[in-house]
Amino acid sequence: MSMTMSQKILAKHAKMGVVRPGQLVMADLDLVLGNDITAPVAIKEFARFKVDKVFDKSKVVLVPDHFTPNKDIKAAEQCKRMREFASDYQIDNYFEVGRMGIEHALLPEQGLVNAGDLIIGADSHTCTYGALGAFSTGTGSTDMAAAMATGQLWFKVPQALRFNLTGSLGTWVSGKDLILHIIGLIGVDGALYKSMEFTGDGVASLSIDDRFTVCNMAIEAGAKNGIFPVDDVAKAYLASHCKREPVIYEPDADAEYEQTYEIDLASIRPTVAFPHLPENAKTIDEVGDIAIDQVVIGSCTNGRLSDLRIAAHILKGRTIAKGVRLIVFPATQQIYLEAMEEGLLKIFVEAGAVVSTPTCGPCLGGHMGILAAKERAVSTTNRNFVGRMGHVESEVYLASPAVAAASALAGKIANPELLEDN
Amino acid sequence: MNARGKAFRYGDNVDTDVIIPARYLNTSVAAELAAHCMEDIDPQFIKQVKPGDLIVADKNFGCGSSREHAPLAIKTAGVSCVIAASFARIFYRNSINIGLPILECPEAAKGISSQDMVEVDFSTGVISNITTGKQWQAEPFPAFIQKMISSNGLIDYLRAEVLK
Ligand code: SF4
Repeated sequence: MSMTMSQKILAKHAKMGVVRPGQLVMADLDLVLGNDITAPVAIKEFARFKVDKVFDKSKVVLVPDHFTPNKDIKAAEQCKRMREFASDYQIDNYFEVGRMGIEHALLPEQGLVNAGDLIIGADSHTCTYGALGAFSTGTGSTDMAAAMATGQLWFKVPQALRFNLTGSLGTWVSGKDLILHIIGLIGVDGALYKSMEFTGDGVASLSIDDRFTVCNMAIEAGAKNGIFPVDDVAKAYLASHCKREPVIYEPDADAEYEQTYEIDLASIRPTVAFPHLPENAKTIDEVGDIAIDQVVIGSCTNGRLSDLRIAAHILKGRTIAKGVRLIVFPATQQIYLEAMEEGLLKIFVEAGAVVSTPTCGPCLGGHMGILAAKERAVSTTNRNFVGRMGHVESEVYLASPAVAAASALAGKIANPELLEDN
Repeated sequence: MNARGKAFRYGDNVDTDVIIPARYLNTSVAAELAAHCMEDIDPQFIKQVKPGDLIVADKNFGCGSSREHAPLAIKTAGVSCVIAASFARIFYRNSINIGLPILECPEAAKGISSQDMVEVDFSTGVISNITTGKQWQAEPFPAFIQKMISSNGLIDYLRAEVLK
């Protein structure tokens, strides 16, 4: 019986020859992740198991990234609980403030993700690691608790949608534009309960960072996971980050997909998702005049070094528009350091931006850049729900780092292609 | 196992940020979360909801973040069941894992209005609108899920069934 890439990974971890869509299976996990919001709930639930250790202390990852550096007393208490748990249970991969990063940028960077892994995280954007050929998916805290105790979890085997990519992206077009385009096409529940599998000649032209961005937002189409084939680009990234040998799964030639979408990468335009859903995608040519108050560049979607490089390239030697606040938050300490060494942070500060420590802060309306009523932000993050970045009457427009940087200069949503001297 | 109460009716794509806004996630105390349940979409909800009441919505209910605080807030507010045309998958898992019954039934979602009296039989999957007299058949939960819900969620279920 033929299977997709995602189904093969599940079958292997469930110790079964084949699995069929819709089947419920118990599968062994390679990695279990939690953060300062979800882990405290999981820890409370974990205590009810009355076990004295986690299933494997090298396979649990705890990252205080959402409300850190602690934004208030309650957040500090939550982080403390997680820190104490990490110490009591001798968790190898606890990343303290100063050594941390936003979880989904941090885990691949730290070599914790391998191709062929089955990973769950108590965070919806755990689907990011599909860029490296892992089956990774977001779950809740109770799942995390059960996974920490038993090393296993129940899964419903997903059907799959195939996105066959051809050609290559234009100069100012990135993985962010591609995924916003796709979500615009299929809707925020277009891939509900399903895998999004990316194939085709066009894959080779996408950088690993573009693939992280694409898989990161699979959840915004309702998907269980997003996954890319493990090609030379992925292998090169894994070779320089992960100590384990990659385990490569390829979909069967006759694997069943519920639907195949043909996407010519050359046809993708810079794309912006309007409030209040990621599916409200418009090309930059359709945007019109939209004045903005704040620009946010960073997050697990677009806070990687290549994202900061693009933004810095656009901002270099320029100053942002009067009345606009630009907040840049590199996704990890490593990225922060490299951006500093490359002089990117200097460019941001000189342009009039603030550069934040790695944190989820503004992305979820936690701290470090909350919006007031009627304020508008262009953001490289992944969600633009009502109230996501602050007041319920504020608005978030999702875009790529290039569009965000160009918008910061213009004071309104702007097309990076139209900047002079690029 | 049954649920019976008044319906609170919402539309498509009710996301976890409106079910429980991130600004309240600096606590995991269920009662504190419940006090802000649905606040950004319907400030009246928490003032009016009574134990046993139901939430009825259109497609993709619970989309967005993986925060279990969302079903927890709903459950703690006294809601006995959520009926929707479809659910976002993490919300679906989380609800079952914490023992909040949720049923997918597009026809029922369409046929129930705000304030209607609704009854649900979880063992058969039958949803009845007492106010209008209409009935629908949702897919009943498989046995292990029913057990999980009646044991108050995944942890107690695992303790009883797997780790015994
Ligand atoms: S950056 Fe935003 S989307 Fe990513 S993990 Fe943090 S809160 Fe979630």
